[in-house]
Amino acid sequence: MKKVYTRPKSLKDAPFHYCPGCGHSIIHRLIAEVIDEMELQEKAICVPPAGCAVLAYDYIDVDMVEAPHGRGAAVATGIKRVRPENLVFSYQGDGDLAAIGTAETFHAANRGELITIFFVNNAVYGMTGGQMAPTTLLGQKTTTSPAGRNAARDGHPIKVCEVLAVLGGSAYLERVAVNQPAAIKAAKKAIARAFQHQLKKTGFSLVEILSPCPTNWKMSPVESCTWIDEVMSREFPLGVIKDSKC
Amino acid sequence: MKRLMSGNSAIGEAAVLAGCTCYFGYPITPQNELPEYLAKRLAEVPGGVFIQAESELSAINMVLGASVAGARAMTSSSSPGISLKQEGISFLAAQELPAVIVNMMRGGPGMGNISPAQSDYFQATRGGGHGDYRTIVLAPASVQELADMTARAFDLADTYRTPVMILGDGMLGQMMEPVTFPSKKKERQLAHADYVLSGAAGRPSRRIRSLILDPKEEEEHNWKLFRKYQRIEQLEVRHETFLLDDAVMAVIAYGTAARIARGAIKRLREEGLKIGMIRPISLWPFPVKIIQQTARHIHDFFVFEMSTGQMLEDVKLALEGSGYIHFYGRPGGVVPTPVELSRIISRHYHQSQKRKK
Amino acid sequence: MGYTLANAAMLEDKYVTYLPSYGAEVRGGTANCTVAVSEEEIASPVASEPDFVVTMNQPSFLKFQSILQSGGLILVNSSMVNVSTARGDIEVVEVPTSELAEQLGNIRVANMVMLGAFIKVSNLVSLQLMLKNLPEILGEGKSKMIKLNREALDLGFNYLKEQT
Ligand SMILES: Cc1ncc(C[n+]2csc(CCOP(=O)(O)OP(=O)(O)O)c2C)c(N)n1
Ligand code: SF4
Repeated sequence: MKKVYTRPKSLKDAPFHYCPGCGHSIIHRLIAEVIDEMELQEKAICVPPAGCAVLAYDYIDVDMVEAPHGRGAAVATGIKRVRPENLVFSYQGDGDLAAIGTAETFHAANRGELITIFFVNNAVYGMTGGQMAPTTLLGQKTTTSPAGRNAARDGHPIKVCEVLAVLGGSAYLERVAVNQPAAIKAAKKAIARAFQHQLKKTGFSLVEILSPCPTNWKMSPVESCTWIDEVMSREFPLGVIKDSKC
Repeated sequence: MKRLMSGNSAIGEAAVLAGCTCYFGYPITPQNELPEYLAKRLAEVPGGVFIQAESELSAINMVLGASVAGARAMTSSSSPGISLKQEGISFLAAQELPAVIVNMMRGGPGMGNISPAQSDYFQATRGGGHGDYRTIVLAPASVQELADMTARAFDLADTYRTPVMILGDGMLGQMMEPVTFPSKKKERQLAHADYVLSGAAGRPSRRIRSLILDPKEEEEHNWKLFRKYQRIEQLEVRHETFLLDDAVMAVIAYGTAARIARGAIKRLREEGLKIGMIRPISLWPFPVKIIQQTARHIHDFFVFEMSTGQMLEDVKLALEGSGYIHFYGRPGGVVPTPVELSRIISRHYHQSQKRKK
Repeated sequence: MGYTLANAAMLEDKYVTYLPSYGAEVRGGTANCTVAVSEEEIASPVASEPDFVVTMNQPSFLKFQSILQSGGLILVNSSMVNVSTARGDIEVVEVPTSELAEQLGNIRVANMVMLGAFIKVSNLVSLQLMLKNLPEILGEGKSKMIKLNREALDLGFNYLKEQT
């Protein structure tokens, strides 16, 4: 019998702790698959965030060092500068990357650090219980914007890829989603493309991944996937935002 | 060969000769000569990395990354910037990663000023960041000692896998004195490199973390760190004494304050006052023993600090109620001259002699 | 001037500290530095009552004559400083530094002229050794300036030699 589906070698044999329908599990798996396919397990060093994915080191089987909340890009910079031959990537949520870690992210991109960031945009702070994130949509209700996000009070959802695109050091920026099979396939391609950019030393690479958080969105997993298509991706259009020659 | 160098530059040269290959920092007076020196110097070092980071937060986390990747890494700043680094220092302590952090203290709190001060003693010796940890703190008092202590700081950081802080001030950083360096670069000897992340080739993957959700496990981690700190307290105390043998009063001062005090004591000795000094070189671990031994034959201790009294508390703890403590503090960036200080010491000296009669 | 003196003293194997004035003080206002030279280890880099004070302009003269120890010696650039307010218990030595420097065609060596005069009155370091070590003291960048600096040191030194 031919095996068509199995656990990637770079994924540990451990059950995920994530909520049912959460995008993190899918993204972990995609990263592990790409690491296997590109034979990068022995080269990879990952920096997990403070956020729901803080336990990524229980799942993805590569060298890992946990960063303080938001500082993933700085920690990854330190590692990559010392070990340019390794594949260095961080994995960060929207609170981690686009609120407390904005400066680190912005400047790592601007310096063209040869690192890759997987930026999981679920429009809320998942781990701490569904508070408003920098990517929360206008009108979206969260525990700290109970009447919906209000631009006058809370500002606007931040389009991270578009902001980073104008910086000279960024080489590859793409926004993908993991809410349906075709999108997941595209997400996997983007992950591989980002690693290629790093290996070819073209510059900073980041993949923004729209990811369902059914728990804090207070939706079923299926509703969450639909919401990404119908609402979230209107604000955050999918596609390649920047792809320098590689 | 002797070279006339500023304290800040001497730290830079000593770091490179100690095998430091990575520096990350953010400009702040009065320590700028150090990053400026290393910007040039590290460019000559194979694998040398110098980044002017976007903030102190970022700089300390680059140090964390470089350290876990196996390099000797350092950062430096002055008081307000060191406050920003505290989160990172707490992570370094928790994840047991070696690193060297230089604080050239200035007047505070808040923005304060850029004059020499010693008001970050609590922050440095009590951990500074959150959690139950300690940082080794070295307080040199001359340019030569800054250089020597820099080399030592890297070794201590490796031996105990812990962050080490060099605590100076604007005066030590900017004054120039002759300094000699080891003629050869020292090779780093890393006893246990099993924490270094290099990619999981031919070995299981490693994870360096500080999130330990199970309180029992976290408790054990805390006790493990505690046992390490106990070892450091036993083995790594450093101090110097000056004219203590026949003294009836002992001044206790560190860093720049100790230099001023030495000048004051020399003058007072000429007037026949029997005064000596204990100069703590390691502030944590604090030289408790020598103070307790001294208290067996000296009753009067005179603590002088460029703060409102921070090391003072450690002296009180060391004396455990015995002896009598005099105190003189000058916070805010004021550096008294030796003559000024000698007048104060002299008054206290005579008062206590009278009391004894 | 202070740095050059400190370097020269170091090359004579003396103990030395050089404490610059710094930070905001450097940006405008009077700049100053403190040099301690000794046969034994130097306790404090901060001088309470220096043996010598050298002032190049009026504000510095007014500010620093007060810290000189009684009986101490103050050297002034008499091209710029009016010494009529000098303390009565100190010795004042006047050197028209700016004018002497202009004789050499470069006002920027006024410092060196003053240093030459200072060496004459203080005897802290040897002029001969300083002239010899000058390339090392000034560093590579200033090699073109060595001859001019030597002349300036000599000029200041000899100016006071002729006076005494
Ligand atoms: C300095 C600091 N502040 C706050 C926190 C608490 N905290 C942990 S994760 C997090 C935000 C998580 O949200 P996000 O980055 O969007 O990731 P998600 O959990 O949604 O994947 C916060 C605020 C922390 N760990 N450290
Ligand atoms: S809270 Fe949201 S992001 Fe976190 S695990 Fe649950 S679904 Fe995923």
